[in-house]
Amino acid sequence: MKGPGRSGLTLDEKLIFEHSDPGRRGYSLPPLDVPVASLPPELTREEVADFPELSEVDVVRHFTRLSAWNYGVDSGFYPLGSCTMKYNPKVNESAARLPGFSEIHPLCPENLAQGSLELMFRLQEALGEIAGFPAVTLQPAAGAHGELTGMLIIRAHHEAHGNPRRKVLIPDTAHGTNPATAALCGYDVVPVSSDGILTAAAVAERMDEDVAALMVTNPNTLGLFESEIRKICDIVHERGGLVYCDGANLNALLGIARPGDMGIDVMHFNLHKTFSTPHGGGGPGSGPVGVTGELARYLPRPVVVREKDVYRLDYDRPASIGRLRSFHGNFGILVRAWAYIRTLGGEGLRLASEMAVLNANYIRSRLEGTYHLPYEKRSLHEVVFSDRDLEGDCHTLDLAKRLIDFGYHPPTVYFPLVVKGAIMIEPTETESKETLDEFCEAMLTIADESRNDPDRLKNAPVRTRLRRLDETGAARNPRLKWER
Amino acid sequence: MEFPEELKYTEEHEWVLVEDDVATIGISDFAQDALGDVVFVELPEVGTVLDAGKTFGVVESVKAVSDIYAPISGEVIEINEELPDTPELINTSPYEDGWMVKIRMSNPAEAEDLMDAEAYQEFIEGEE
Repeated sequence: MKGPGRSGLTLDEKLIFEHSDPGRRGYSLPPLDVPVASLPPELTREEVADFPELSEVDVVRHFTRLSAWNYGVDSGFYPLGSCTMKYNPKVNESAARLPGFSEIHPLCPENLAQGSLELMFRLQEALGEIAGFPAVTLQPAAGAHGELTGMLIIRAHHEAHGNPRRKVLIPDTAHGTNPATAALCGYDVVPVSSDGILTAAAVAERMDEDVAALMVTNPNTLGLFESEIRKICDIVHERGGLVYCDGANLNALLGIARPGDMGIDVMHFNLHKTFSTPHGGGGPGSGPVGVTGELARYLPRPVVVREKDVYRLDYDRPASIGRLRSFHGNFGILVRAWAYIRTLGGEGLRLASEMAVLNANYIRSRLEGTYHLPYEKRSLHEVVFSDRDLEGDCHTLDLAKRLIDFGYHPPTVYFPLVVKGAIMIEPTETESKETLDEFCEAMLTIADESRNDPDRLKNAPVRTRLRRLDETGAARNPRLKWER
Repeated sequence: MEFPEELKYTEEHEWVLVEDDVATIGISDFAQDALGDVVFVELPEVGTVLDAGKTFGVVESVKAVSDIYAPISGEVIEINEELPDTPELINTSPYEDGWMVKIRMSNPAEAEDLMDAEAYQEFIEGEE
């Protein structure tokens, strides 16, 4: 079998509560040589909490074994479309662990925090330059939080002009969080159909004086560049609306095209996607927001400003939508993103995007013909196939499970919704041609298996610690707590 | 796949059974098949007033979360109390045990704009 997947000994592991043995300890303290002081009774609980009692080695083995069950981008290829699971260079981690950054208190006086403030200021400037926005906030804690920030800014803008408006237009190729954000900000969501690409005509038809904004993702969730974006922005602007861009797919555009130049008014960045900071459960994320000069007054406060060579936090911003996050956002993530930007530089960032697009198109050309390609327009950084040409009553889910046997994390499945049985592959720039070839071989083998031996797909995965899980049963009857 | 003749259908894949001024609403066989195993259903409360074309509930499957759109305007007079605990009824019996809500129609003429079984089948063939 091709691919990195192999069978091997895996160690079982119980819940940590099941290891517990009364009186077992992971420490030994010297004898008490001061008087015993008890907490006041109002601060103590009546029952002793049922914490597990373990030795140090029990705890270390418990978490080490669990970590060995994990599959991350450090273990292998992770082509989760739309999520940009790119490798996180370790130099970012070294930078974030420098004591000056990792140990600074968030309430440290400004005159003792100049290094951290300078980093934030320079990151604001760098993100603004990369995407074409004169003002940036670093506060939002993740992408959807950035969307919320951006839409609150749009709402504040319309309110300042006397009418918050009622509707937000969202194409069917936008990111799934966009409608939720619009609804949370009190807007009615008006879906706009596209045939892969959003047309200016479709926007013009829906755009009226009651529409606050259009929310687009560019490139969209089909990995296609919204080629009519300039015209679309003009149409929205002519009728007093603003254009929000979900920056989740910015990885395709670095150093090549700038959303600010396309007419976008507000955009969030996903540092945990585009700028190689950790992702998923290992996060946290970070979702800075860039805006036009006209909207800068509404940004969350405080904003880092420079006066001569001194950096400070500017709270004196009366039109601000207020604070969206405690302290200064996920600062450790900001350090990692800054390290990434500085180690690559302008040329390197551009090359990263070019390689991301090249890799996606390489996979596309190797699998095209075997897997059905529902949209044939030239892809950017990700490519969407469907399960139409799988045989033997095999579907996307079966393919995804079978890929696990080959040693790969499955791609994004059943999204975007506009493609039936979608298989959304985003290799990112960090993968070598050898890795891509090996993955494509696995995909081709699986298509072949669907013709000759479909049970291989139906029964997959067979090489994992657990076989196929009953996802339906787990969702219908979830067991959410452990009982003794 | 079945599409009973006595029902009307929408482009959002809901079905409607009209009896006097009461309409029963559910999702079609095509919709349940596309969704896969349904694991969660959210329905409106009795007394809620639905506007045609607006969402009134949510169906979640292992693949996706989908809004349910009101095919017709009216007030909810009954909901299928079985569904929250046994959402699989939508998969096993989309037109009978898997019904979602009954509404008293405020504008029965709206039903005339919906597709009949034949037109709906043509519509989904175009969707494939």
